[in-house]
Amino acid sequence: MMPLCAAMLLATAPQVALGQAAAAPTAAATAAPAGPGAAAATPAPSATPAEPADDVVTASGPEAAGADPTAAASATAPAGSYTPLGPDMIKGQPIDGRINFQDQYSPNGQYALWMHNAVLMPIITLISLFVLALLLWVVMRYRRGANPVASKTSHNTLIEVIWTGLPVLILLGIAIPSISLLAKQYESAPEDAVTIKVTGYQWYWGYTYPDNGGFEVISNMLPEADALAAGEPAQLAVDKRMVVPAGEWLRIQTTAADVIHSFAVPSLWFKLDAVPGRLNEKRLFIKEPGIYYGQCSELCGVRHGYMPIAVEALPRAQWEAWVRTQPGGTVGAPEPAAAAAPAPAATAAALPAGAVSAETPGMDAAQREGETVAETPTT
Amino acid sequence: MATTAETFQAHHGDHAHHDADHKPGFFARWFMSTNHKDIGTLYLIFAIFAGIVGGAISGIMRMELMHPGIQYLGWWVNFMGGEAGFDQNLHLWNVLITAHGLIMVFFMVMPAMIGGFGNWFVPLMIGAPDMAFPRMNNISFWLTFVAFCSLMFSTFVPGGTGNGAGTGWTVYAPLSTTGSQGPAVDFAIFALHLAGAASIMGAINFITTIFNMRAPGMTLHKMPLFVWSVLVTAFLLLLALPVLAAAITMLLTDRNFGTTFFDPAGGGDPVLYQHLFWFFGHPEVYIMILPGFGMISQIVATFSRKPVFGYLGMAYAMVAIGFVGFIVWAHHMYTVGLDVNTKMYFTAATMVIAVPTGVKIFSWIATMWGGSLEFKSPMVWALGFIFLFTIGGVTGVVLANGGIDDNLHDTYYVVAHFHYVLSMGAVFSLFAGFYYWFPKMSGRWHSELLSHLHFWTFFIGVNVIFFPMHFLGVQGMPRRYPDFTPAYSYFNEMASYGYMIMAGSMLIFFVNIGYALFAGRKAEGNYWGEGATTLEWTLPSPPPYHQFETLPVITEANDYHNHLPAGERPANA
Repeated sequence: MMPLCAAMLLATAPQVALGQAAAAPTAAATAAPAGPGAAAATPAPSATPAEPADDVVTASGPEAAGADPTAAASATAPAGSYTPLGPDMIKGQPIDGRINFQDQYSPNGQYALWMHNAVLMPIITLISLFVLALLLWVVMRYRRGANPVASKTSHNTLIEVIWTGLPVLILLGIAIPSISLLAKQYESAPEDAVTIKVTGYQWYWGYTYPDNGGFEVISNMLPEADALAAGEPAQLAVDKRMVVPAGEWLRIQTTAADVIHSFAVPSLWFKLDAVPGRLNEKRLFIKEPGIYYGQCSELCGVRHGYMPIAVEALPRAQWEAWVRTQPGGTVGAPEPAAAAAPAPAATAAALPAGAVSAETPGMDAAQREGETVAETPTT
Repeated sequence: MATTAETFQAHHGDHAHHDADHKPGFFARWFMSTNHKDIGTLYLIFAIFAGIVGGAISGIMRMELMHPGIQYLGWWVNFMGGEAGFDQNLHLWNVLITAHGLIMVFFMVMPAMIGGFGNWFVPLMIGAPDMAFPRMNNISFWLTFVAFCSLMFSTFVPGGTGNGAGTGWTVYAPLSTTGSQGPAVDFAIFALHLAGAASIMGAINFITTIFNMRAPGMTLHKMPLFVWSVLVTAFLLLLALPVLAAAITMLLTDRNFGTTFFDPAGGGDPVLYQHLFWFFGHPEVYIMILPGFGMISQIVATFSRKPVFGYLGMAYAMVAIGFVGFIVWAHHMYTVGLDVNTKMYFTAATMVIAVPTGVKIFSWIATMWGGSLEFKSPMVWALGFIFLFTIGGVTGVVLANGGIDDNLHDTYYVVAHFHYVLSMGAVFSLFAGFYYWFPKMSGRWHSELLSHLHFWTFFIGVNVIFFPMHFLGVQGMPRRYPDFTPAYSYFNEMASYGYMIMAGSMLIFFVNIGYALFAGRKAEGNYWGEGATTLEWTLPSPPPYHQFETLPVITEANDYHNHLPAGERPANA
């Protein structure tokens, strides 16, 4: 043990420098081929996921938006245009020194957070303090000095029944909201929810939009310097985010191409393993536009720690504009919906960011909105 | 016919002079041992050694995690004979987490609890001369040793990006099959096979011993709770380990012989492996803690000078925990894509475990209630155990909820939870048992002062390491990360300072052992006095090489449940 302790104290600068120098080329070196489908469906700049590391910083940096090809595309979409959200819109990220959950931006997440904070935490805190109090009491009251002769009590049926029965009741009290939370999480997404198929690769993510032309966005981690330059947190920022519409139900499907990964976004209370040969599905509702970070949560090899997730939720119009910037990206049913969609979307786009959330304060409202939004494009 | 431990003692004394203490030569005694006490000692030494290795690995991990960025891994890659490089460094990280988990589970906690204390004290407590199958006992130990060598060897052969198996202790396919080239994973799997075979043989041995070799008069319901705990544990081992053996054999054939049990390309399913692994893995966590429960029961009763409160409830709570432990495995797989009904079932079933566990916690407190408590070193470790295990238990109730686990799964909250129940539950009970029985095993006293100092520094150290991990977990920090975004810095740094306190504390432990072995004063037969009523206390310290050649007979008068005052009880040695 001691040599270790010493090593910990003695190990100094040289190693630090070595480590950091090695860290820099991470994202650029993540050049694993993305599979034939992915390569074909991805826009030119990211067809080889290796290169974009540098290009993409500029693309996702807010100040560079004008030079981005998206600008041209958005000009043709009067209802909304796509500008990548800047660091001021980061909502889901860890905060140093905080001791509670990240703020929740999905209705299920808010319900789960309520359950944790209002049901579980009080119960487990009280139980722990109760046991501590009992221990302190027996330690003081029944120490040898205070109680030289021990009693011979070894049975008391009543108290044994109580301490078996009472925990059962407490657990029932926990089980009711818990089961209801599970039921909410497992409801199917409405039929025309936007589908995003998330594919885990060693060691990056691919986001395919099967309802919107089937293009795949390849998402690599930004090198630390680029992330900081863009005002984003190191090891969470990515070159291309998973862009989704806010304020409506999404159908998230996960799978993996090589080993098991796990798609996890703490501020949305969402975690679903990406398993090769399986397609897992869960619905998700993001209440307001913003950037929500997550990280791969199943050990997947050497760069497990370097394949973050960044979800960018936008008002529908801006999201549609983004979709149109993608190769083959379409919105809604081929002809009529494309024309119909801009109408409701225009109002949404006109509202300031965050307005979506104001209209969806609770679970039920969110559900309603999710349904209406989902119906809009088809009618 | 001897009817009390006292008469047995007198009888035994007669024999001690000629053959009872005749010991074989060094090599025969320690390498070909069939003596349960010597094998127990070997297991304990082995577990301490493995614990040093596993603890040192966690030191490297805490060192690396003290600050964001990769700082030290490259140095260690070079140190281990590899060539540092970004991916090689990260691979070493995965090797470290894998080795830490496997070593602590299979080569530290299990050998210490079952192989060490189980071997030493199950025969003594039931009044048996030895284990039922002494030679199989020897094979069990040496297979465990060879298994450890195989695991150590795996770190020096290629395992993909670098040397060693970087799959995590769970060895999930397909990372462990197509995801890890090279023989390292095969050697790690081989280590698990051997350790598993050793444990199965150990389990057979304990079950046979406990069922067939109890002293006359010792019915199942008069067995000390430690023996009960080992009995339940042995059944868990016997039923769970073959499933692990099957799962990892399928891994081997997937890796080497072209089968596709876990490969969807050939009709297999990676999730099948997880079901098989956790069908073993969940009982495994009870295997690690149940003997600890047993030890804590003995210790609390001894230092309260009271019989265990609700003996039958305590015994059957362990049986219930063992049984329910087999039907909750998928709570380790909540995010894998289970359907909603499965998840609801496993949520409900998992929470049920809290009930028998609660019975145990409350029964320990009730045992102390009305007692005459003496705070010797084993007792303070036992008190620490009860409190910290409670904390680990209640966070388990949080994690049991499938919907809540969606956020906490595979985060540091889980790491904090299982270290509270294992690193503080199992390990605190191990230290409690160690200080309780060390003078019995060695015949020499440790320093009570150092033991208390060890307790307090260890208590503070492990809490500073692991409590902040709850906060990291709720903030979303994933497990098994060598590096983190700066927003996780504060509590990671705190945890690393906690490790230094803990490492210093372990130094006290080793000084204490050294002191006891070289300068400790001699221990009497029953050095804990009135409260210590099980059969091992009727023997001298250390016990003779062969004991109970004439079986003690358990009567109402010397039934350990009775806790008769010293005068009314048959005299102890």
